[in-house]
Amino acid sequence: MKIIAFAAFAALVPLVAAGATPSKVSVTMPGDLSFAFKPGPGSQAATTYCLICHSSAYVSTQPPLDRAHWDAEVTKMRKAFGATIPDKDAAEIVDYLTASYGKAP
Amino acid sequence: MPSSRRSFLAGSAAAVLGGALAAPASAQQMVRGVFANGDRPLIAFPQKRPLMVLTPRPPQLETPFAVFDQGAFTPNDAFFVRWHLAEIPAGIDAATHRIRVSGAVGKPFTLSMADLQRMPAVEIAAVNQCSGNSRGFFEPRPAGGQWQDGAMGNALWRGVRLKDVLDRAGLAAGAKQVQFNGLDKPTLPGTPDFLKSLDVDVARGDDVIVAYAMNGKPLPLLNGFPVRLVVPGWYSTYWVKMLSDITVLDHVDDQFWMKTAYRIPDTPNHSVAPTEGGFATIPINRMVVRSFVTNIADGASLKAGRTAVRGIAFDGGSGIESVEVSSDGGTTWTPAALETDYGKYSFRRWNAAVNLDAGKTYVLACRAFGNDGGAQTATPIWNPGGYMRNVIQQYKVSVA
Repeated sequence: MKIIAFAAFAALVPLVAAGATPSKVSVTMPGDLSFAFKPGPGSQAATTYCLICHSSAYVSTQPPLDRAHWDAEVTKMRKAFGATIPDKDAAEIVDYLTASYGKAP
Repeated sequence: MPSSRRSFLAGSAAAVLGGALAAPASAQQMVRGVFANGDRPLIAFPQKRPLMVLTPRPPQLETPFAVFDQGAFTPNDAFFVRWHLAEIPAGIDAATHRIRVSGAVGKPFTLSMADLQRMPAVEIAAVNQCSGNSRGFFEPRPAGGQWQDGAMGNALWRGVRLKDVLDRAGLAAGAKQVQFNGLDKPTLPGTPDFLKSLDVDVARGDDVIVAYAMNGKPLPLLNGFPVRLVVPGWYSTYWVKMLSDITVLDHVDDQFWMKTAYRIPDTPNHSVAPTEGGFATIPINRMVVRSFVTNIADGASLKAGRTAVRGIAFDGGSGIESVEVSSDGGTTWTPAALETDYGKYSFRRWNAAVNLDAGKTYVLACRAFGNDGGAQTATPIWNPGGYMRNVIQQYKVSVA
């Protein structure tokens, strides 16, 4: 799991380093979109929806947040940033983030 | 839960084994965290030396703090990077780049880079600091970019006065704010484009420039090539990169990045209790005064004797009036000598010395005062955004 995540992480460098590369190529990073999150129930939903706009590091570098904070983050992504996450998946993502990157309230 | 450091080390080693890294990320190419989840891999992005990677996409890259000990100006390839939206052009042709000036103006027009070069040029040394620089030190810790202290830099910016550009267009009678947009775009249609606005009187200030050079060279792409806004004294959220649109508004900007994001409590020191709610907020604006020791890190082991202490100070544009150092945790203070003055918006380097006895531990500290009377706080402020930290820095050292 970690191998894939970090190989993808590093793949940004050569892609962006090629200055003439069209913007779509430099920022899509297909390798970055898989398996970058810790394994666990809900990781697939997080992979599907969160990685559309940002790397998993936006999650993994956060301090351990409790459920209320992760819920607020997911809500912000949906309401303020226009993430089209169905209710069921959003709830799953909150559970996943709390379990994998969180702390008890 | 395994530590993030171990995860990173394992990941880096695996990536090297997999042959995926252009430059191997060994265990040495990691800056250890000073707070939970704070370890950062050092990776070279285009036109950059290896910097501390908070996030690769959109990129948030932090300057290793040792760089700030090397001079008053931050090299372009070491300058921090922060983008909000993932769709950043990887290739830009400066020859075809245009800035559209429109909105509540008498005469809308379009500027090419050649047009800018033909206008009167100004140069100004100015610190560019992220609103959330040092956010990782907030306690309790807010969500957001978990910076240590390296989301800042000082450069000599060259460009034309925004005022000259606006005057060429002619502001309409009802002009209230000037809104700026860059080439970066959101991935999803529902994500607000990154737009920032300044009041007309701020935008027309003598020191706000449309900058096409940084430390005598073109801007690195990740710092906004070919042209960015420079708002000396103000947090970098307003320094819009890859500037493409200047739109004069006849109203106060009410879109997300002004009305909801980058707001600070309208309270003393912009601080609130972590449990507090219901306070009024205002858009973040001018920077508060800060100072740092650059040659001694917290936790350092030093030799006994007369010991040089040096660092940097800056504020929101009044200029540094004085810097003081302490070796007793802030009980007593002695003045530092200020070095070359590159202007009121620049890093100001300073020098001092303290006497250290063998076998003792000390808490070194530094504090700066602005010409406007601005001072650093003795205890950390707190706000939900993790903005505007300017506590007096302390450095615990032991002496052999």
